[in-house]
Amino acid sequence: MPSNNGIVRGMSDTSETSHGWNEADGRGAMAAARNVNDWFVREILPLEPSLLKFLRRSWRNESEIRDLCQDVYVEVYEAARVEFPKSARAFLFSVARNAVIDKSRRAHIVAIEAVADLEALGVSVDEPGPDQAVMGRQDLRRLQSALDRLPERWREALVMRKIEGLTRPQIAQRMGIAERTVSQHLASAIVALSNIFYGDPPDEGGK
Amino acid sequence: MREPFSLRADDVQAEAGAWITRRDSTEWSNADQAALDAWLAASTAHMIAFIRLDDMWKRADRLKALKPNARQRTGLMRRFASGTFAMKAVAAAVVAACIGAAAFLTPLRPTETVYATAIGAHKALKLPDGSRIDLNTDTTLRLSRSANRVTVTLDKGEAFFQIKHDPRRLFVVLAGRHRVIDIGTEFLMRSQPNHLEVTLISGSARLDAPDGRMQTPILLRPGDDLTVANNLITTTRKSSHRLAEELGWRRGMLIFEATPLADVVAEFNRYSVRKIVVADRVTASIPLSASFPTDGADSFLELAKAMLKVRVDRRGDDIVISQRK
Repeated sequence: MPSNNGIVRGMSDTSETSHGWNEADGRGAMAAARNVNDWFVREILPLEPSLLKFLRRSWRNESEIRDLCQDVYVEVYEAARVEFPKSARAFLFSVARNAVIDKSRRAHIVAIEAVADLEALGVSVDEPGPDQAVMGRQDLRRLQSALDRLPERWREALVMRKIEGLTRPQIAQRMGIAERTVSQHLASAIVALSNIFYGDPPDEGGK
Repeated sequence: MREPFSLRADDVQAEAGAWITRRDSTEWSNADQAALDAWLAASTAHMIAFIRLDDMWKRADRLKALKPNARQRTGLMRRFASGTFAMKAVAAAVVAACIGAAAFLTPLRPTETVYATAIGAHKALKLPDGSRIDLNTDTTLRLSRSANRVTVTLDKGEAFFQIKHDPRRLFVVLAGRHRVIDIGTEFLMRSQPNHLEVTLISGSARLDAPDGRMQTPILLRPGDDLTVANNLITTTRKSSHRLAEELGWRRGMLIFEATPLADVVAEFNRYSVRKIVVADRVTASIPLSASFPTDGADSFLELAKAMLKVRVDRRGDDIVISQRK
């Protein structure tokens, strides 16, 4: 439990930012989704590095990893709508494992030994791994290194919007591009940032 | 071998990204919101991609605390320090009287008590609840206590706070236009005109601006070093090693590690009425690793002369370090 404090605080910190999502949550069906969304962001997303590591080990076709990850997420999310699993981690990995087995079966590939290899990966299913604690502590540092790895133009746009707080027209003017292009840069930037931020395991060994 | 209705994760992500950005723009109408709601309702995959990117988008707000090149741990601090040394040394030093800590013990009304240290002095205040405040050189702070709140105003200088967290009594430190609210904490705060630095050693604390200029308070975590200068907020991380160095003054020590001479001098100047000036850029950038007592400016000068091959001259009341021709 103590290791969760960091991330829990982190979440309540960020959720104070009003970016429309909270407002959106206030309405009907969205309000019901709110709890599941919060749970998903808090419990599941921090496990994404471990999940991807597991999927990559079990499924050799890199181009399908993101799709596989999406399938796993959908199943976990829908299950959580009905009832929150006792252990998010254990549940996530059992779904992931079944998804890989399913997919192998359909593709007539036998990858069972890879699938069974959880322990060897250092992914402990029962106990919380370093992920959550590490997320809280190294959040900012990882965020920055993710930012540094973005393609130049995308990063520029994101920095102007998020750090300097410029408006879209201002960014367009500064970068000498159309507002539409600024929007595209921002959208690409946030997608790339999320894939780097969530997809990259924090320092191996959890130092 | 894809199911007929399965969605490509990349496409879903790209669409979610477009929604996030669209929603961020100024002309976001109710119709837009309805369109977003419909998109979200169309598929769980949409919803997940959206909340994932939304979380990222909000997290990116923490980047506000970063400058693009704040990678060097103390980048901003260093620049600031060398800026200070370059300024004409302040001639008249304000030597404020130290007021005894005994005044603390009977705080019945929220009256304000002023505590100050002279240049070169160091003082520890112990509060009845076990909290402790260390005042470094040339520091002035005001303290007021009421039943449910302790307010410290750091007018200038540097103080180290070790707060015994009490949920019934809020501990708030004001400096300039910002305030730090403790949530069970040890932190270091340095305040100068237009410049505030907060370093969190342990626990957690929140920084915001009482006048509401900051939309989102910043939550500090141990090792976070936050600098507010010219309304720009920068956060960097400091290693525990580095933190120990910065707290050296509590033991009466200044600890430097590959610190440019300009910054070394700026540190000594904080503890002395007599100011040292570095004359040229080459000398200013010589790195020095050493530790001295806070009043050890003379031994520093001796060492600099002997080891760093620089000239040390008296010029009026100041001491000037320059390149040896």
